Amino acid sequence: MEGMPAVTIPAGALFVEADVRFMQGMIAHHAQAVYMTRMAEGAGASPRVLRLANKIDLSQAGEISLMQGWLRSNGQVAPDTSSWRSMRMAGMLTDAELQQLAASRGRDFDRLFLQLMIRHHEGALSMVSDLLKTPRAAQDVDVNVLANEVETSQMAEIELMLQMLEELN
Amino acid sequence: MEMLRRSLLAASVVGALATPLVAQTYPNANDPRNNLSSGLSNAGIAIEGMRLLSTAPKAAVHDSVRGLTFVNSDLAFRGNLVYQGNFAGFAIWDVSNSATPRLVSAVDCITAQGDPSIIGNLLFISAEGAGNRNDCAKGGVTNEADHMAGVRIYDVSNPATPRLVKNVQTCKGSHTHTVVPHPTDRGVVYLYVSGSQNARPDTELAGCRNGGNPADESNSLFRLDVIRVPLARPEDAAVVTGARIFTGLGPAPARGGRARAQRPMTGVDSAEMAMARAAGPRNCHDVSAYPAMNLLAGACASYGILVDISNPEKPVRLDAVADTNFSLWHTAVFSNDGKKVVFTDEWGGGTSPNCQITHPLEMGGNTTLVIGEDRKLTQHAYFKIPTAQTARENCVSHNGSLIPVPGRDIMVQGWYQGGVDIIDFTDADRPFEIGYFDRGPVDAPTVGDSANSRARGTIAGSWGAYWYNGKIYSSEMARGLDILELVPNAQLSANEIEAAKLVMWEEFNPQSQPKIVWPAAFPVVRSYLDQLVRTNGLAAARTTAIGQMLNTAERQSGAARRTSLNTLATAVERDAAGARDAARVQMMVAAIRDLANATR
Repeated sequence: MEGMPAVTIPAGALFVEADVRFMQGMIAHHAQAVYMTRMAEGAGASPRVLRLANKIDLSQAGEISLMQGWLRSNGQVAPDTSSWRSMRMAGMLTDAELQQLAASRGRDFDRLFLQLMIRHHEGALSMVSDLLKTPRAAQDVDVNVLANEVETSQMAEIELMLQMLEELN
Repeated sequence: MEMLRRSLLAASVVGALATPLVAQTYPNANDPRNNLSSGLSNAGIAIEGMRLLSTAPKAAVHDSVRGLTFVNSDLAFRGNLVYQGNFAGFAIWDVSNSATPRLVSAVDCITAQGDPSIIGNLLFISAEGAGNRNDCAKGGVTNEADHMAGVRIYDVSNPATPRLVKNVQTCKGSHTHTVVPHPTDRGVVYLYVSGSQNARPDTELAGCRNGGNPADESNSLFRLDVIRVPLARPEDAAVVTGARIFTGLGPAPARGGRARAQRPMTGVDSAEMAMARAAGPRNCHDVSAYPAMNLLAGACASYGILVDISNPEKPVRLDAVADTNFSLWHTAVFSNDGKKVVFTDEWGGGTSPNCQITHPLEMGGNTTLVIGEDRKLTQHAYFKIPTAQTARENCVSHNGSLIPVPGRDIMVQGWYQGGVDIIDFTDADRPFEIGYFDRGPVDAPTVGDSANSRARGTIAGSWGAYWYNGKIYSSEMARGLDILELVPNAQLSANEIEAAKLVMWEEFNPQSQPKIVWPAAFPVVRSYLDQLVRTNGLAAARTTAIGQMLNTAERQSGAARRTSLNTLATAVERDAAGARDAARVQMMVAAIRDLANATR
């Protein structure tokens, strides 16, 4: 993985390399989402989008702490919240897309934010799906519970964002 | 056609709340729950309206704090025994003496998350994790034939030596399960299984299939697996059908929006899964049955769903509501009259510290919904514990049950490290707290933590807090089993507590709610009287006189008591006309008459 050192799995551990990569990658993924949400206020987002952005911020920032804690307590490297700048996970925004989002205002921001965040969330779901398809992965209870939580909450937020987007159009 | 589709969708959308919310706020700096000292076994305690009787530490085999691997989960009750689930097995406690609970047995068997139910001599345990094995061995699953995801059935006729009878495998595993009795055959129960994962591959469990279309009965995704258990032959327990309560729902509507049918998305890993994701919810986190009312409340990801379970093998969805403030509809508790249901929102999944001062009160709390005559849901107020917890305490609303106080809707509820809370939701628009039990965090705050720091500590706190036969039992994830009792305060009288203690069950599975029936007794009558005094529901001169007449009647016996009570009932019935709370006065009249009729 780009920017991340090789993984050593301690003897007797229930987790595998895919679990570590998932946690590391999801930190970068979440960190970019948090970065996106913090653009909303300055961009003059509508109250609804602002509220959603705040919720995503609070939710994912909490999960970042959780994932960092898991990695550290299992002797693994824990990326920080700037890691999204060097790691590219599924659904993440390119620099050009980020600039486009940063340059948009009001209703345009709302629309673009929702479109990009839906794709961003879809990427997280793909990461969960890939993890669960990996043999021997997600058997560690903390990884399993976190992966489920990411899937459940982001799937519901996608439903919500699709509706919000439709109402904008 | 549009009409037809809309009725098929049967999703009511929460618009503006029925009435304005009470301006619930976090407390000021003087809240006794602020600044409690930290520690696993010696944290500071703030308590109101309750008394802690004992804390029994975890059984030795589960006595480890390592993420979620050894945390305690939910509770079930039978006789003097409490069955406590753990992500690595379960424990059985003899609580005959509340001050000194005795560990009867502890089973070492990785079974995340270990949600338990007890029926007679059979203990059912939910298994979901990818590392659970059929043979309970450690080390995870290397061969998929060893994987256990579903419901384990134990024979606990000798609680000292539980015996695994069967592993019932289900396609999506079992995050939780709920007992639904057979309508007529007492020898059969159903388990409604909520699984939060995708269907396992067909190669691992034959017949399992992920699919994108909820209406396609061959897919295993959009259903709750229903296990039929013949109680005399638990080895014959098997999945008999799938409760397809999601069909036609579609993605959750935004507040004020309208439910829409499914629609494919792009940019995901497979077309089928894309369709599935656009089809709305496919899992419930938990479902709460109220068999006496033939109702079931499904807390299902982005929806709260009301279901008719008159025929447990053919449940029918009555209504579904969505609320954009809710992240994860998690669990539900009905009022005893079946006219209200409290749903909880497990925002952050229970591991995040979501009760900090920066967190909105309408996220990660409860909401009360009224069930109309038409069996449709209307959302009313939110409730969140009125205390700001630290960044070190995982906190969000979680599991609870009713406290059987006559004339009021009161529940006790676990909020993880937010503690145990007692909430009155009699008025759906004005739920309020009447008691709490809160410990400081397990982990000490460190330098750099601030009020809105999002660092998180050890996962702990009350998974679920339940009233059972006079006591409150709280399953502490890291600290063991807490037993508490109610203590009277301004919002709950000694008579109300005494009346609650009159309600006794042989067996109690909190998510399969029994109907509360109070015996004819003086504390029941006096509960209504205390409530009328507290809320000025009847003139003070009258409540005083009624209290004196009740005292007189209680000193009498036989025919004399019966005559006094009947005379009193007639007099109180006349009071109803001029009373501010005539309905409550009438409830008291009925309780006095019941008492007269029961007097021999």
